[in-house]
Amino acid sequence: MRRIDPFYALAAASTFLVVGFIVLPLVEMIRQPTAADLQASWMDPDVRRAIWMSVSTSGTAALISFVFGTPFAYLLARRDFRGKRFIESVVDLPIMIPHPVIGIAILSLAGRQHWIGRIASELGIKVMGSVTGIVIVLTFVGLPFYINTVKNGIEAIPQRLENVSRSLGAGAFGTFMLVTFPLAWRSVIVGMILCTARAVSEFGAVVILAYHPMTAPVMIYERFTAYGLRYSQPVAVWLIFVCLGLFLLLRWLNPNSRART
Amino acid sequence: MIAIDDLAIRLPGFTMEGISFRVEVGEFFILLGPTGSGKTLILESIAGMVPISSGRIIIGGRDVTNLPPERRAIGIVYQDQALFPHLSVSQNIRYGLRYRPWGADREKKLAALIQLLGLESLLDRGVCNLSGGERQRVALARALATAPDILLLDEPLSALDPSFREEIRHLLKGLHRETGITVLMVTHDFPEAHFLAARTAVIGNGRIEQVGSVPEVFNRPISPTVAAFVGMKNIFQASFDQGVARAGPMTLSLTGFCDPAWGYLAVRPEDVCVYGVSSGKNDGVHCFPGRVTRIDHQGAFCDVLVHSDGLLWQTILPTGRLIKEDIAEGGQVWLQVLPEKIHVM
Repeated sequence: MRRIDPFYALAAASTFLVVGFIVLPLVEMIRQPTAADLQASWMDPDVRRAIWMSVSTSGTAALISFVFGTPFAYLLARRDFRGKRFIESVVDLPIMIPHPVIGIAILSLAGRQHWIGRIASELGIKVMGSVTGIVIVLTFVGLPFYINTVKNGIEAIPQRLENVSRSLGAGAFGTFMLVTFPLAWRSVIVGMILCTARAVSEFGAVVILAYHPMTAPVMIYERFTAYGLRYSQPVAVWLIFVCLGLFLLLRWLNPNSRART
Repeated sequence: MIAIDDLAIRLPGFTMEGISFRVEVGEFFILLGPTGSGKTLILESIAGMVPISSGRIIIGGRDVTNLPPERRAIGIVYQDQALFPHLSVSQNIRYGLRYRPWGADREKKLAALIQLLGLESLLDRGVCNLSGGERQRVALARALATAPDILLLDEPLSALDPSFREEIRHLLKGLHRETGITVLMVTHDFPEAHFLAARTAVIGNGRIEQVGSVPEVFNRPISPTVAAFVGMKNIFQASFDQGVARAGPMTLSLTGFCDPAWGYLAVRPEDVCVYGVSSGKNDGVHCFPGRVTRIDHQGAFCDVLVHSDGLLWQTILPTGRLIKEDIAEGGQVWLQVLPEKIHVM
């Protein structure tokens, strides 16, 4: 009988352990609520509103990341400049900072004590307890995932393709639109998925800046603390289903991933 | 016409200075240099893709030093072709046409170019499944479709299989003859320069070592770097006086004028004669005793290293002669270096 290499046996055991560690709590959470609980939960307009709030604000954060993060990611991927390492570290900061700290930091800017907060207030922009505030927080936490993914994607495209495009008459913007972006499209989609995923799961920063309008994680937390596990689980299950559907849709929309399957 | 005037490129860990040369209208000029010598950097600086520290770049009479790449009217072909993978062959070729003014006969010229490069049957195909030769032909068509003032070629043959290399080498020569375009090509392969170019410049040590016609550079290299590059493998430091050169303990007769300012002598491996002791071909004139230290078999010929008077000589011999004259590793031989075969610099 063929002997299994101990290293591969160890790797297989680790894989089994890790997959179990991730899947088991999720399966248990999905399995525990009854169909009636799930149906009742879905019929609750507050639940649907909270899930929509999470999805829409996260999607908006991903779109904002796309608009502002893409040129930034291009610059980081293609240019060397003084302070680049520092800027890259700054981009990674939201990943490392504890989430409530992010909420407090943005709150300190948005309040009337700060000139930015005063200007926003005069312009009629309400940050605290508003959709705007939620989007700001979610963009803050999601941006690093988008920028790093797109930057890596652009770095993987040979710069010679851009050089040739320039030599053929295209300007920097034309080259970006005709060569770089079409080739980095997959990274852009993956970046948006990661950004959305990170934003949907955000709780700590959102709860400080905007308890209401309620996002799904805040609602799950509220129902858990007020009514217990049974009342919060169905909302969590619906959030998982909706997010899973959205991510599958985005993957399907990505032409590269479809071509591979 | 391309005129490069006192170009300097300074990058972290790499500097090139005093780069000057001219490529005449319709000329096929080759910039030769070993790998890592910076020849691609020069090409990319001419194309406007690498910032220069100082100097001037003139293309077709226009000072393009401060112009972006898209305004320099150049075509560039890289050794890896750099075809756009998300576009078809036809879309690759037509890529630059949107940025050039429409001419009444544009489609006619494009069709002629496609025919010249034999790409008619490939137009609708993706570029990822093309052979090396086909990819190179598409890259050439793409670069030429916009009718650039000059064509820059970055080692277009080095990434190809030998069969495709031969095909593209002939194609480049024919293309240059047909279109009459000014071509600047960089390569590390001297035989390519022999085949394609009339004039060449050799780059080494961060500067241009020699500019001249290909036969001139081949026959009269002016520095040890150039001599080594054109295949003179026996390069020795020497002192020169009254018609003789002294390299170590060896004294070699020279023909013609002798300048004490010279510092090196060089001899091609094929110009060093080696005779087996059994051959009896020692007439005493320019002959030195030696010992074979290594023989590398290369098929019909062998590289033979001979140690003589403290100098190590690289020679080439037909394999048959090794057997006939009983030349073997460790054996004694006679080494002959004729004065007319010695290059001095």
